[in-house]
Amino acid sequence: MKRIFAKEHLCIGCRLCEVHCLVQHSKSKRIITAMTREKSHITPRVRVQESGQVTFALQCRHCERPRCLEACMTGAITRDPKTGIILHDADKCVGCWMCLMSCPVGAIQRGREGHVASKCDLCQGLDVPACVENCPNEALVFEERSR
Amino acid sequence: MNYLIVGNSAAAVGAIEAIRAADHDGRITLLAAEPDHTYSRPLISYLLAGKVAGERMSYRPADFYEAHGVEAHLGEEVARVDPAARAVTTAAGHRFEYDRLLLATGGKPFVPPIAGLDTGGVFTFTQWDDVRRIESHLAEHAVRDAVVLGGGMIGLKAAEALMARGLKVTIVELADRLLSTTLDAEAGAILVEALRCRDAAVCLQTTVDRVLSRGGMIQGVHLTNDFEIYCQMLVVAIGVVPNVAFLAGSGIATRRGIVVDERMRTSAEDVYAAGDVVEADDVLLGEKRPIPILPLAYRQGFVAGRNMAGLDECYHGGMAMNSIEICDVPTISIGRTTVCDNCSDEGCEVLVRRDAKQGIYKKVVLREGRMVGVILVGEIDNAGIFAGLIERQLNVEALKPLLLSSEFGLLSLDSEYRKHMVSGPGIEV
Repeated sequence: MKRIFAKEHLCIGCRLCEVHCLVQHSKSKRIITAMTREKSHITPRVRVQESGQVTFALQCRHCERPRCLEACMTGAITRDPKTGIILHDADKCVGCWMCLMSCPVGAIQRGREGHVASKCDLCQGLDVPACVENCPNEALVFEERSR
Repeated sequence: MNYLIVGNSAAAVGAIEAIRAADHDGRITLLAAEPDHTYSRPLISYLLAGKVAGERMSYRPADFYEAHGVEAHLGEEVARVDPAARAVTTAAGHRFEYDRLLLATGGKPFVPPIAGLDTGGVFTFTQWDDVRRIESHLAEHAVRDAVVLGGGMIGLKAAEALMARGLKVTIVELADRLLSTTLDAEAGAILVEALRCRDAAVCLQTTVDRVLSRGGMIQGVHLTNDFEIYCQMLVVAIGVVPNVAFLAGSGIATRRGIVVDERMRTSAEDVYAAGDVVEADDVLLGEKRPIPILPLAYRQGFVAGRNMAGLDECYHGGMAMNSIEICDVPTISIGRTTVCDNCSDEGCEVLVRRDAKQGIYKKVVLREGRMVGVILVGEIDNAGIFAGLIERQLNVEALKPLLLSSEFGLLSLDSEYRKHMVSGPGIEV
């Protein structure tokens, strides 16, 4: 399956990936509305990590054997049998934070959407995820790589 | 291939998902003691609290058995296993044969011998039926006060649920703190404070030695410190023990739980076991013991399932980890969190960060430069990174100044490690 990879040396830490992730997961899908009225209850699923000169964007790795899935007590985290994408169903989630405790890269967050977890869904329905599509420096790529 | 799965929770589901991914044709039969479709046991406290409705209890979608080609016999409790005949017999007298058997019968509540316990209004709290029983008790009696015996995970979630139902709750715990197996005194005290703010009472270092009742109904409990608490219901939530009684006479080896090897095989040929019923490797203690937590149950079930389907996979051991939020205070504890307290061993080091204003308490336990445990209260983000560091026993000497800061994240780690984590070995990030 195609996954998102970050190129640390190209990332300038502009955080546009976070902005476009938020917009993509908003109701309005419009940048101004999303970033003003909706921002407080939408979580960007990608987060720019920053330390001194080093920056890169991090989102769910869609692991082959996801620790979050085995830890999810409600069954909210599943693997799409067709695409392999690790999905999170906010309606089933109760915010027990077992996934957050289990993800070894720290890609799952306590969401602003309510008392629920939040993670990358690879922008289901889009050919290229919004963060990759809108990265101005091509520091994010969406491609197939052997593990 | 004829697979027989005994159990219907995380380990059983993990095994079914693993078997079906590897074997599309084999016959899978499931036997479950409870009548319900596979459901999330930890959600029973949410159900009792009214936070989750019955239809959201499902651990897997309604068509799970059908989609995985599983013939599910719900309400069939296994009574006997006969490895020589390759068959199990249920309490109802039905006989099921197998080529490969998985025992995933989980845990059952440990109930100590307490005088007068056999009366109305006394409950355990591990399955859906317990909620049904408590619901009818609440409906039929004027219940205002509840006592929860046990300040562990189950006890605290039961207490919180009963508080949400408007009851005045008293938690009675024998240890000197709440969550005594996973939290230290300071973290435990934060939870006591949070509970007391919501009008719950917490009695530590004492336990119930007598249940007071009249006309077959509980009236109160007597404690070992000679106090009496007036109550109309009691929840006994001291802990769970592996549910192995049905193995008597089977010849399958058990100690504290069913003994398994790294492929989740029991001492009997073609019989596997997984989940809360087994004792498997604890990577931090270097010994086998039951660690009754859902993530490990699923993983063990999955590994068992793959081996049952003819693949070869090892379970590399697990460690205790728990996430529990009580009265809006999130806590996560991973590994061995109190091992270095009051310890004069030179290799032991404890790092602590407190921020009472923000409700944050974080503690990292190091031994010879390697993390062995962590407690996070209030600020639990990135907890999984700690779990990874503990599991891999990496030297974190260089990270010490960063470990407890709010900024700690993947980027704090050595660049090779983090590249490995995000993409696998040998791939450029």
